[in-house]
Amino acid sequence: MKTPSATGTLAAWSGYRINLVGLVSFCVVLFWALMALLAPYITPHSVGAMIDMDYFGPMRPGLWLGSDYLGRDMLSRVIFGARYTVGISLAAVSIACFTGVVLGMTSAVLGGTVDMVVSRLLDAMNSIPSKLFGLMVVAAVGSSIPVLILTMSVIYIPGSYRFSRALAVNIDTMDFIMVARIRGERLPYLIGSEILPNIIGPVLADLGLRFVFIVLLLSGLSFLGLGVQPPYADWGALVRENIGGLPFAAPAVIVPSLAIASLTISVNLLIDNLPQKIRDRSAP
Amino acid sequence: MTNLVEIRDLRVEATTDSGRRVEILKGITLDVAAGETVAFIGESGSGKTTAAMTLLGYARPGCRICGGSVRVDGRDMVALSEKERATLRGTTVAYVPQSAAAAFNPAATIMDQVIEVTQIHKLMPVEEARHRAVALFRALSLPNPDSIGDRYPHQVSGGQLQRLAAAMALIGDPKVVIFDEPTTALDVTTQVEVLRAFKDVTAKRRIACVYVSHDLAVVAQIADRIMVLRHGEVQEIGSVDDILHRPAHPYTKELLHAFHPDGGGRVVPTTTSHTEPLLDISMLSAGYGPPQPNGKPLVLAVKEVSLQVKPGTNLGIIGESGCGKSTLARAIAGILPACDGTIQFNGRDLWQSARQRSREQLRDLQIVFQHADTALNPAKSIEEILGRPLTFYHGLRGKARDARIDALLDMVRLPRALRHRRPAELSGGQKQRVNFARALAAEPKLILCDEITSALDTVVAAAIIDLLKELQRELGLSYVFISHDLSVIEAICDEIVVMYRGQTVETIIPAERQEPQHPYSRLLFSSVPKLDPTWLDTLDLDADRMRLA
Amino acid sequence: MKTRVPSLILGRLFIALITLTIVSFAVFFATTLLPGDTATILLGQSATPEAIAGLRTAMHLDEPALLRFLYWIVGLFQGDLGTSYANHVPVATLIGGRLLNTLKLAGLTTLVSVPLALTLGITAAMWRRTLYDRIVTIATIGIISVPEFVIATSAVLVFAVYLKWLPALSFTYDVNSFSGLLRAYAMPVITLTFGVSAQMIRMTRAAVIETLNTPYVEMALLKGASRPRLVLRHALPNALSPIANAVALSLSYLVGGVIIVETIFNYPGIAKLMVDAVSTRDLPLIQSCAMIFCVGYLLLITTADIVAILSNPRLR
Repeated sequence: MKTPSATGTLAAWSGYRINLVGLVSFCVVLFWALMALLAPYITPHSVGAMIDMDYFGPMRPGLWLGSDYLGRDMLSRVIFGARYTVGISLAAVSIACFTGVVLGMTSAVLGGTVDMVVSRLLDAMNSIPSKLFGLMVVAAVGSSIPVLILTMSVIYIPGSYRFSRALAVNIDTMDFIMVARIRGERLPYLIGSEILPNIIGPVLADLGLRFVFIVLLLSGLSFLGLGVQPPYADWGALVRENIGGLPFAAPAVIVPSLAIASLTISVNLLIDNLPQKIRDRSAP
Repeated sequence: MTNLVEIRDLRVEATTDSGRRVEILKGITLDVAAGETVAFIGESGSGKTTAAMTLLGYARPGCRICGGSVRVDGRDMVALSEKERATLRGTTVAYVPQSAAAAFNPAATIMDQVIEVTQIHKLMPVEEARHRAVALFRALSLPNPDSIGDRYPHQVSGGQLQRLAAAMALIGDPKVVIFDEPTTALDVTTQVEVLRAFKDVTAKRRIACVYVSHDLAVVAQIADRIMVLRHGEVQEIGSVDDILHRPAHPYTKELLHAFHPDGGGRVVPTTTSHTEPLLDISMLSAGYGPPQPNGKPLVLAVKEVSLQVKPGTNLGIIGESGCGKSTLARAIAGILPACDGTIQFNGRDLWQSARQRSREQLRDLQIVFQHADTALNPAKSIEEILGRPLTFYHGLRGKARDARIDALLDMVRLPRALRHRRPAELSGGQKQRVNFARALAAEPKLILCDEITSALDTVVAAAIIDLLKELQRELGLSYVFISHDLSVIEAICDEIVVMYRGQTVETIIPAERQEPQHPYSRLLFSSVPKLDPTWLDTLDLDADRMRLA
Repeated sequence: MKTRVPSLILGRLFIALITLTIVSFAVFFATTLLPGDTATILLGQSATPEAIAGLRTAMHLDEPALLRFLYWIVGLFQGDLGTSYANHVPVATLIGGRLLNTLKLAGLTTLVSVPLALTLGITAAMWRRTLYDRIVTIATIGIISVPEFVIATSAVLVFAVYLKWLPALSFTYDVNSFSGLLRAYAMPVITLTFGVSAQMIRMTRAAVIETLNTPYVEMALLKGASRPRLVLRHALPNALSPIANAVALSLSYLVGGVIIVETIFNYPGIAKLMVDAVSTRDLPLIQSCAMIFCVGYLLLITTADIVAILSNPRLR
């Protein structure tokens, strides 16, 4: 994509090439992050208050996003939903990727039996479809926010492991790792100082992708009524609550759907259009 | 005589990462007559391949022909439409790639790909094309010419693939053939056969050739004229004789000089047979794969090798790919633990595996790898790369470490300002110097150099060798120098060990003007191209080849 | 050379078998983590202690978990899937017809999505960096970024609410007539096709582009080959293995998608059965459904790997 002149000067100033699509997606992601962070201070109404006489009310001044199936303010509910959707997913993805990446690099460096056993086990876990896994855990121990976070991190550890292990194995074949090994370096130095700096970029991009997967899974579970439980409601739960408004195309069912889509699509587009450091080898 | 190829003021530009445009060919003018062979010579990045490819009207993605004309057989490849160019490719002008192994489609048989040109351009029926292909295989002295076409590319050796690629280029009866470093990836003994096959076939058909290479000696055998390129500009064009004997341009002189490295500059240390060896290897065997019932690994790459290195002297190990020389280096370094034999270093036995060796033993024996690109961590600055062994082995920190880093950079003749850069911001030669400085940082007694000049341009490699000699004088080091390149080894080593199929076949002491005796050493030594243009035509290797087989 | 293919495939099947063992282990123990006593749940709070003790013995509940796991596995092999806690009907009976319904849905989706996705993916790669390619790419990113229920609700909004072409729920039509069949399956199949195809298009496009960047395709270009020839003769045969892999992997997405789609359209399939079982905590039913899904999923990803092995020309 050609960079317009406006972002061209920005690129010259920062040393990074910035892409318009990336910039817009970044703004959307930032917007939802702020909503999640500031939710209690900016919601116009209490999330539980039934303020509309009508249910599935249309958008109008005061009720900017209409009302839900009980006549509650949708705007406030969507803003609070951001808190659960973003918060739970962020917590889960952090645990999943931290564990996955550390395990992945360790397996790659140690190789041999350790690598084989860990890989086999995590591959087996990966062959349980994610939604099914979620369903089973919910069936077994019920659904609470800590359980959801933990379940989803467990589900996405194998993927993160596989990804970072593949990257680390590539780096591990490089001679500089061999040089460090025959210098006598130990495992923590090898993974922390030699490998991690070389894979951090792709690992962060993968973290973004996995965040999207987790948002999708969480929303899916909540939509099935097996995720976030009332009185709390994330975006998936909001769609479920208001699915009755679908035949009238009520904003109460459309808006949370759009919220999910805007967040996940933006994260995906942001990853594809990250600012690139301008590397000009022929420049002085 | 009319010119088959007329290049006039050719300019090619590339778009860099930041969108800036850079001219990589800056106005090239050249004529090639029918039946003539012109060589493009230059270092990597000189634009020689880019220039050759414009004859096909092609510029790699990111590049663009932005000016001038390239007339091939009367038609300007620059001005033609892509469709018209396609009709000329393969029929009027054909291409032999650098790596035939990558240029063959792994999913199709060799025959299908060789005769593809005739089908694309509807030149002849399939049957006839097959017959022609077999005739070409025979002309290129390929083994089993009748059946080799039925194989898949991965079932054929590198030297054979390179000749098959030539057959693929010649089947459409082109008037011009571009050879893009076609023997660079091959061993010297294979290179001789391939060069000979190319020369015979193109001479018989009076094909005009453009031969791209970085190797003056190879070019001297095959070309009528030489064009020396540097930074996208023509430095000099002249007949082979002129370029070799009356070079006008300083760069050409540099190239020629790099070809005759002076063996002098080193005072051979006075060692007597009584001096204790620094490194003493006896009956060492090493290999890959799971252990077999007899306790040896599945593939034994090094078999019962014994050698000694005396303090302050250099040992060269020469051999072709697959002879086990790199495995030997890895076994000495403890990367690949040997399965049998002993390694004595500085009078004490070394463990086979680096993991069991003491930190001091590891420090005293350093290894420098061939590819500085992969040997230096791209995510770290030069300072961090050189600083780590200082901290690790010598406990240096802060000011003392900084001072030592500066001293190391001085030693390898690099500006101190480079310490804050990353490896990617350095040239190939600079990277190899950093790679070497890291080994020096440990203050070792012996450095294993595994093909450290092979990835470098001739001129740069010669400078590295000079540096190594100087450092040896100052620091009293010893080197074990592993290479496939005889001229490099001869320039620096006191003793040369020839390896063949995992064993040492002969030890040669260059100072004593000793001639190789073993048939393989003779084949290897005589296969190294000489600058003399008549070398290839007068060479007779068959006797040694027969004795080996 | 020739002997390597069978051993590679055997190796892959062996891995699948090990994986299946680990998975069934996981499924069994995840579902037995349930707090509370199964016998009490079955018989209700009012049951006598003797009755509960009797049932515990009959169900081997007092024996070690590992042994119960073995009983369960052996039962599965003999076709004994256990009895539903909720309505005391053999699980096999409950699953029977519903499995067929789900397979029909999956089969129809495969028939629609594979040709569609391959065509779009290959053509997008062929005309890379054109407007067409850009539209396909953006559309697929959009679709894979969105949960299935959003696709489903959008489909309902468009086709049922605004256009009124199709019913919002399945099986309100007579499936014996062709048009009825079409309309009954249309919505679930459309929804699933979107999800499956988007994955497949992305992976197919990436695979073809990767092979188009190889030296042998450049060589073919320098032999004078036309663009279609480059793609069809040189790139595609080498992209076959990643594409087949992409197809199988994308189809495994069906397993997740079908759970949402059956629920939202009230489709009488096995996924709906399982979601209902989860809300009633009907363990034997959950275990059996989970095993069916895991086996299906494992079958698909193993097929993907085997196809990759078979179509690798270097192993021929």
